[in-house]
Amino acid sequence: MSYLYDTIEDIVRLADRESISFSEVVLRAEIESTGSTKEDVLDEIRRRIQIFKESVRDGIEDTRKSKSGMSGGQAKQLDERKPVFLSDLTYRALRYAISVNEANAKMFRIVACPTAGACGILPGVMQAVGEVYNCDDQAYINGFLAAAGVGNVVTNQACVAGAVGGCQAEVGTAAAMAAACAVAMMGGTTDEVVTAMTLCMKNVLGLVCDPVAGLVEVPCVKRNGIYAVHALAAAEMAMAGLRSRIPADEVIGAMDSIGRALPEALRETSEGGLARTKTGMDITNRLAHQK
Amino acid sequence: MSSIFDIIGPVMIGPSSSHTAGAARLGKMALSMFHERPDSVTMTLYGSFAKTYRGHGTNRALVAGLLGMDADDARIRDSLEIAEQENFQYTFIESEVDAGHPNTVRFNMYGKDGKHMSVTGSSLGGGRVAVTNIDGIDVEITGEEHQIIVFHTDQPGVIAGVTHILGLEGINISSMRVFRKRKGSEAVMLISTDSDVDAVALQQIKEVAGISSVMYFEPLE
Repeated sequence: MSYLYDTIEDIVRLADRESISFSEVVLRAEIESTGSTKEDVLDEIRRRIQIFKESVRDGIEDTRKSKSGMSGGQAKQLDERKPVFLSDLTYRALRYAISVNEANAKMFRIVACPTAGACGILPGVMQAVGEVYNCDDQAYINGFLAAAGVGNVVTNQACVAGAVGGCQAEVGTAAAMAAACAVAMMGGTTDEVVTAMTLCMKNVLGLVCDPVAGLVEVPCVKRNGIYAVHALAAAEMAMAGLRSRIPADEVIGAMDSIGRALPEALRETSEGGLARTKTGMDITNRLAHQK
Repeated sequence: MSSIFDIIGPVMIGPSSSHTAGAARLGKMALSMFHERPDSVTMTLYGSFAKTYRGHGTNRALVAGLLGMDADDARIRDSLEIAEQENFQYTFIESEVDAGHPNTVRFNMYGKDGKHMSVTGSSLGGGRVAVTNIDGIDVEITGEEHQIIVFHTDQPGVIAGVTHILGLEGINISSMRVFRKRKGSEAVMLISTDSDVDAVALQQIKEVAGISSVMYFEPLE
């Protein structure tokens, strides 16, 4: 019996056939494809979740600015007040995601998921859900595995690099992974996990990568926070029983074809969009003269 | 299908897998090729490396790698200060030349008794890297597999000598390429193997007639 998968449909089929969870399929496939033991895989997952938590803490605690002066201290600013519009959980996800991305901009240790530019979304959502619902070790592991399965399919069937597919490929994939993680942590069904990632990705299609001065800061840092909330909105809809008209793998295919159709100026080259606004250019020119 | 740890990973120092993690790896590979800490290094940066290296901390990552740090070492952030404390000399040169790949660096490393080595490498994205040239000889070293690099004279029997030793040691070759500057001159063999190559085998290879030096790389984490 092989658990190897290429598509989301493969994972669903294997989960249904064996009456196991989406996360369990991903775990068994990992053991099968790498030859590692289950204990080794679980230990490494725990180690990475621990680094997630450290990076959430680093971004909030270290309030210094980044080298460019564009980011730093914003997660702390959010941390010091009560939300007016968001729930406790979504507000945590927002500031934790921003925190990790600030830590990234300031050269702290992070886990790329799937990339460094989008590294705040999954840890932000995971820790917010975990804290508010007091989740156990197994719930965190299930969340990690569901996210990894989604990321694996997108990586191999489409793309996750901003230079290839724009921000929808980076932040879009990260958010879809986080949506799947949230549902899996709450013990959602396979259908709910898949719906959450699908609705999430459908609603980031077309998002371009236009970072100011080529740095992973503007708009990346706040965008990590915004899309952590977006992921939770998709997860909420999925657990309420809403379903996507377009199947997951077709949405992933659409993301890929949209990404490749994007002009190069909007694929991480900083030759268009926000990077080429008047202010964006002013910042770029100022940094070019910074020693 | 990839390993889930390639998807949720690598564990790295921000902000960019290609500009920071890849740069640290390239620095570390250059260091291991030089065999010892150089007294001074000049790094020529090309493409996006030249344009954004300060903002991305590429300079800190390259120096960290040369000081022996891995891509997830938290000291990368302070590497320039550490280099100063340890009296490690380095210079950056921004080049306008098109080096083929946008994230490329050339290390010119200088050591004792006039020792010099030039290593060129590129960061390919996601932290993956390739060293593409050593002392004017084109190579391709990715740090993703067990790899032996043999510098030798282009003459008959050298390749057979090396593969014979590996065969006797029970080491299987997964791929092999040979490059030379010109007929009868300096040449280099790049051999990837399925398993570890121990010091005994490497010493035997070094003793084959026509071989000037041997390097061995284990896969980077």
